[in-house]
Amino acid sequence: MNTVAMPSVHYLVILPEIILTVAAVGLLIASSLVPGRLRSSVGTGVTVIASACVVVDCVFQWVDISRHGPSTTMAHVIIEDGFSVVAISVLAVSLGLSALVADGWLCRERIEGVELHVLVLASAAGAIMMAQANDLVVIFLGLEIMSIGLYVLAAFDRRSARSGEAAMKYFLLGGFSSAIFVYGIALVYGATGTTQLGQLAGFLSANVLRSQGLLLAGTALLLVGFAFKVAAVPFHVWSPDVYEGSPTPIVGFMAAIVKVGAFAAVLRVLASGLFTQQDGWRPMVFALAALSMLVGAGMATVQRNVKRMLAYSSISHAGFVLLALWAASPRGTAAALYYLATYALLVVGSFAVVTVVSADGHEDLTSYRGLARRRPLLACSFTVLLVAQAGVPFTTGFLAKLGVIESAVEHLGWPGVALGVIAMVATAVSGYFYLRVVVLTYAAPLDASPAAATASTLATSRPRARLAALGSGILVEDTRDGELVDHAEVYGAAPANGETAVPLATAVAIAVCVVPTVVLGVWAGPLVELTTRATMLFHP
Amino acid sequence: MQSSALLVTLVVLPAVGAAVLALVPRLEGRVATTLGATIAVAELVGAALLAIGYHPNGAVYQDASTQVLAAPFGLFWRAGVDGISLLLIVLTAIVVPIAILGAPARHRTRASISWLLLLEAATVGSFASLDVLLFFLFFELTLVPAYFSIAGWGDQRRGPAAAMKFFVYTLVGSAFLFVGILVVAFLHQSQSGGALTFSLTALSSTHLSGTTGVLLVLAFTAAFAVKSPLFPFHTWSPDAYSEAPVSGSVVLAALLAKLGTYGIVRFDITLFPHALVTVGPWLFALAIASILYGAVVAGGSSDLKRLLAYSSLAQMGFIVLGIVSLNQAGVSGAVLLMFNHGVVTAALFLLVGFLAKRTGSSLVTGVRGIQGPAPILAACFTVAMLASIGLPGLNGFVSEFLVLIGFFGAEGWWAVIPTLGVVAAAIYLLWAYQQVFQGELVTPAGTSISDLDWRERSLLAPLLAIMVVLGVYPKLVLDRIGPSVVHLLAHLHAVGLSSTAIGPR
Repeated sequence: MNTVAMPSVHYLVILPEIILTVAAVGLLIASSLVPGRLRSSVGTGVTVIASACVVVDCVFQWVDISRHGPSTTMAHVIIEDGFSVVAISVLAVSLGLSALVADGWLCRERIEGVELHVLVLASAAGAIMMAQANDLVVIFLGLEIMSIGLYVLAAFDRRSARSGEAAMKYFLLGGFSSAIFVYGIALVYGATGTTQLGQLAGFLSANVLRSQGLLLAGTALLLVGFAFKVAAVPFHVWSPDVYEGSPTPIVGFMAAIVKVGAFAAVLRVLASGLFTQQDGWRPMVFALAALSMLVGAGMATVQRNVKRMLAYSSISHAGFVLLALWAASPRGTAAALYYLATYALLVVGSFAVVTVVSADGHEDLTSYRGLARRRPLLACSFTVLLVAQAGVPFTTGFLAKLGVIESAVEHLGWPGVALGVIAMVATAVSGYFYLRVVVLTYAAPLDASPAAATASTLATSRPRARLAALGSGILVEDTRDGELVDHAEVYGAAPANGETAVPLATAVAIAVCVVPTVVLGVWAGPLVELTTRATMLFHP
Repeated sequence: MQSSALLVTLVVLPAVGAAVLALVPRLEGRVATTLGATIAVAELVGAALLAIGYHPNGAVYQDASTQVLAAPFGLFWRAGVDGISLLLIVLTAIVVPIAILGAPARHRTRASISWLLLLEAATVGSFASLDVLLFFLFFELTLVPAYFSIAGWGDQRRGPAAAMKFFVYTLVGSAFLFVGILVVAFLHQSQSGGALTFSLTALSSTHLSGTTGVLLVLAFTAAFAVKSPLFPFHTWSPDAYSEAPVSGSVVLAALLAKLGTYGIVRFDITLFPHALVTVGPWLFALAIASILYGAVVAGGSSDLKRLLAYSSLAQMGFIVLGIVSLNQAGVSGAVLLMFNHGVVTAALFLLVGFLAKRTGSSLVTGVRGIQGPAPILAACFTVAMLASIGLPGLNGFVSEFLVLIGFFGAEGWWAVIPTLGVVAAAIYLLWAYQQVFQGELVTPAGTSISDLDWRERSLLAPLLAIMVVLGVYPKLVLDRIGPSVVHLLAHLHAVGLSSTAIGPR
């Protein structure tokens, strides 16, 4: 009788996946046993508890690593190190917060059932698997588990044609990028004979390849696959459409989970598996980083839909993380981890605010006019979230940018300095579009009379025309001011009436995103130390 | 006994005040003004205590404090004052309460005062930083409250655009400063080993090759030249100064502009002495261009706020001229001029604000003969204007004179050219005065001109008193900044550069 050799399993390490999968399957079973529809708040409760359990498990893992050092399990395809633990915690926190935001949305839209929670749990499990994978095939598994859930989530709003369109776009392009990624794995395997990152690094440091072509092509295809997932320019075209069409609470979840999971994986592939092949992949990452930062920030300035604006801002953020990836140094890895941790909170919080404000489906920037009068605290939170994303000092956003730019400049060569300057110019441009929204929220609400509406709307849209005159090539002059005025006349007065209160769960989620942004921005030590220490416990 | 807690309090107090005002909606209206003014006055008292406790001949940096903020990123709190930064902190503490009380916002007073207090915290923090990265944090932080002040309370139509122009210009300038700071720090780390540090004293020992030094000094100076501003980086300033609310213009011109010139004094001289000498002639050229261009355009301005903006540009030219002379007279004169310009400009912008409140605009045209109905307003304007022109007996004279002596020491007869700027300032300011205050009384229909009330007088009184006191007895300040300037210039000798020593004593 044949026996299959079972690899030893360190269950503490794969507990996060187990918890989330059991929660998802449990919810499915429960919903089929209970007569009628299971209430969505049950799903929210289970999701939040599950994510809390994952965070607790991460604490135990951290203690384990501090005592015994990083290790691998399940035939070396799963890794337990400080980096993975912090990344998993970030993913779990994003999951819990997204569930809270989605709860308010589900109540408002009167959608019962737990399908959304099952899908987010599964997606998060996939992202966590990516964060602790030590093998290209396992990364691919995680990527697919994460993505398939997200394809369905993008289409979750069945009443909206845009949602379906977004899901279809996401699915087609995502499937395409997965195929490219798999082909990249195949080429890397062909060149080195292994897909396990530790063995890959060992093989490449012990042997000199007679021809770099195959490995280089494989690396390039892997990068293209990742670049699709994190929406780095020029592989970003899907993201604004998908962000615009998908249900808003899902977008926050998507933006946080995908970026954290995919970046954790790509950092491990490049910084650990292909570390010796830097000359091959660093120029590619340089181009992706520079383009993402500039194009993301530049395109965001001309958006009038808040979700599209945030989509382009996310693209720009991806560029900053790529900057740290380009650095290929311990400082870079720590900075990337810090950036991802703070970015996840900022993006979930921002989309939570958008979920509340754009309840009536008006996602145009003009619907944010006068928000401060109607919802002072919400406007204040949005201000903090946007100002932090703009990289203003004494917020976590600044420290994140400081870290990644430091890691690039540390090389002291022209490429690093150039990337640093590009990053700062992108920051200046992004300051423009974030602050424009903030000023709009504090502007006086439009008068009922169309003439007054026209005058004051033109006043707020003026900076755009003026700035174009500054001669900066990035800022494109807008020619659709007339259209903006039309929107303003239609929407300007609308949000003032018929608004619902901020749901408690959403308010809690926003507070959890906003408070650390300022507190950890001023009391900077703990999180910076944590991410740096996590990187010191980086395997190998 | 020196207590470092005082300096830390001076940075934290306005920030806490700003946070309280921002978060407690009940404090709207008159309460906000009272609370804001109380905090600003407390700050002034604190700054006075700091100045009294300062020993000019004691340690170079006094009231020093150090605290780790985020060690892996090299982020430390290192603060302390020398005579130069102390003078500018005192200036900040004098100007902010006057800005708060001088022109309270008509709507959303609470938020407007909150931003002003945050601006005060950031400005004091910048002046107190002895760590280049910490300075950058505060330097950048000043942008946010300044932006919101201009965009939220400035001219309703053109305010947001002017604010955005200011914001983007300055931020692009800072891009180079930021990367420059990181390059110096990593160069220092690669030379000396050890942990990443941004401490000013540590970085001043960094060895820089010729080209690297020049590139770095250009990167730093780019940011400072935008902030000051210097020609040709000034194009944001007339818009920002004229579209800002009165309090905003006062703070922008009197305080934020000084961050740029202070940066040149503190960081360019300390970090890049050799390179600063190399690029010196170019900075002289920019400074002289600023003086002449500012004078010419100010002469053609029909809006008093724009006129003051261009006159400030010229004054910034004088300050840079003094600094780059790199001698005792030039640098002391420049530092004194920073203070004097702050006081005089604050008074002038405030006066223009008072005038605009009465006539409805700050334009020179359409208003004449105001000195009839408002003699005290006219008298105050005369004093501030004469101080700005540099009339002996008022504070402007001493500083401009020292700057010109310093520049003469450095570049000889080239000093004739900036002197033309002094003459031009007299022409355009007197012309503007004639237009508005003298002649037959002409006012816009339906307005009656009243004189300054007691509140406005009491706000102007301290500024005018400073102009007279420092005009008669500049030693009060020069004695306190002297040793610090000596120390700054001694660093030049230490690295093998000689400077022409022409001092006031």
